[in-house]
Amino acid sequence: MTELQEVSFDDIKHLVSERAISGENMLLNMGPQHPSTHGVLRLLLELDGETVVNCIPDIGYLHTGIEKNMEAKTYQKAEVMSDRLDYMNTTGNNLAYVMAVEKLVDLDVPERAQAIRVIIVELQRIASHLIFLAATGLDLAAQSIFLYCFREREMILDILELCSGQRMMTTYLRPGGLWRDVPPEFDGAVRDFLKIFPKRVDEYEALLTKNPIFVDRMAGIGILTREDALTYGVTGPILRASGVDWDLRKARPYSGYEQYDFDVPVLTKGDSYARYLVRIEEFRQSVRIIQQAMDKLPGGPVRSENRKFVPPPRSEIGVSMEALIHHFKLWTEGFPAPKASIYSAVESPRGELGVFLEGDGGPKPYRIHWRTPSFENLGVLPVLAKGHFVADLVAIIGSIDIVLGDIDR
Amino acid sequence: MGVEQKLGDMGIVTTTLEQVVNWSRTRAMWPMLFGLACCAIEMMAAQASNYDMSRFGMELMRASPRQSDLMIVAGRVSKKMGPVVRRLYDQMPEPQWAIAMGDCASCGGVFNNYAIFQGVDEVIPVDVYVAGCPPRPEALIHGVLTLYEKVGGEKLKDAVNR
Ligand code: SF4
Repeated sequence: MTELQEVSFDDIKHLVSERAISGENMLLNMGPQHPSTHGVLRLLLELDGETVVNCIPDIGYLHTGIEKNMEAKTYQKAEVMSDRLDYMNTTGNNLAYVMAVEKLVDLDVPERAQAIRVIIVELQRIASHLIFLAATGLDLAAQSIFLYCFREREMILDILELCSGQRMMTTYLRPGGLWRDVPPEFDGAVRDFLKIFPKRVDEYEALLTKNPIFVDRMAGIGILTREDALTYGVTGPILRASGVDWDLRKARPYSGYEQYDFDVPVLTKGDSYARYLVRIEEFRQSVRIIQQAMDKLPGGPVRSENRKFVPPPRSEIGVSMEALIHHFKLWTEGFPAPKASIYSAVESPRGELGVFLEGDGGPKPYRIHWRTPSFENLGVLPVLAKGHFVADLVAIIGSIDIVLGDIDR
Repeated sequence: MGVEQKLGDMGIVTTTLEQVVNWSRTRAMWPMLFGLACCAIEMMAAQASNYDMSRFGMELMRASPRQSDLMIVAGRVSKKMGPVVRRLYDQMPEPQWAIAMGDCASCGGVFNNYAIFQGVDEVIPVDVYVAGCPPRPEALIHGVLTLYEKVGGEKLKDAVNR
């Protein structure tokens, strides 16, 4: 079981060119524990000297069976799995999942809950981009940016912990609203962050944006044309860095995004540097969204009153027999969902994160499939890597910001 | 240690070889830079500014197994990854230690299914288990300190017989 499977040259012959078979080009294995593949990605590289001729990703080293596992759980309980898909964007995955469930069973979400969801998800987007910046910087030997980024990320995790009690795997967003209302300290914590963070973004830019070494290693590296981006189904900042103005928050607004005034950064160069710049600008736009959402945060409940789907608050259980029954039924049996299939998508920090959900009338999903952005974004790596040096490959992998949990599921 | 009090300040410490060896091993234990899943992000956080694991002799994470003493298995180990983890562990020079970070590496965590090893101890010997999904950086640091305690009590003759 724990023996490595030996792969002979004949098994991979069809993947490489004639020159590799004749021995003129060199085959090199990279990963799956390589420090700059951002997880357990494995690449088979065909090299002509230092130049990458061909790059073949080998995925599946983190295959977790999440989709299958979710089908074995009721709709509420399956949600904990969604956190663990794309672990940089945990609350964003929650949002995609709960929106799909809400669409399937036609459940309302109070306005306050929608606004708080937006705040939480935008904070998570910032945290995710911070890790992109930290990890890419580290790969390109910019050590200090790593320390700066994690300092701010801790502030965001503290806010998440304040709300949910957990730093990363919050499961704070629930079908029909939130787990509970935000605590009183939430307001101060978020406003502190909003006050500090824009200055910190300037700090990152001072470190990197005009840094000649960083620019040399990013600019002109891994150019993705608009046509290729569309052909390969790439989404997210990568697509927007290639000149396509497509952001689900604007194109198909959900959870009240249409009320907020923000810009979608679009650049046309399509190289690694442009992808970096798009993400830096998204920092600022996310701050704008959070600011507006905080300013007009409505009052009211944070969970739907529909007791057929949403468990009653704890306080009611002691005094109402009906609430007790609902609580009991929802947590043991779950709620039945109609026989139907739906697709709903959100804009994750990496692109379009979609959930296909099929109900069969019972309390468990019949089929759930995730359309994860990293998977499509990785597909374009061979195109980007072709003709570049091995050292540039590190910058390219960093700039497409893949998460292996998102790819392998 | 006690002679030096009688002799005065002579800059001499008397101790046993065993203690010196174990002390030096815990003061520069280099972990391997390799993460599997979500827990790896918290492992990075433990290395970064707020928690700064370098206070415990871990400022360097080595990307090569041949330069590292400690393997922190941070994340879920899939059936495809298990053999690779084993190969990496075997490549580390003696003495080597392993920490199973997180519920997945300790016992499979929330994933009781076909794809995940129900604990990395099915693949490699584990010295310390750290609970949590993911464990907080403090928890990881506690795990590391627990490992140091264990290393501090190691006997040289056990190492020879190992
Ligand atoms: S223990 Fe939790 S956080 Fe760690 S790898 Fe497993 S699912 Fe991810």
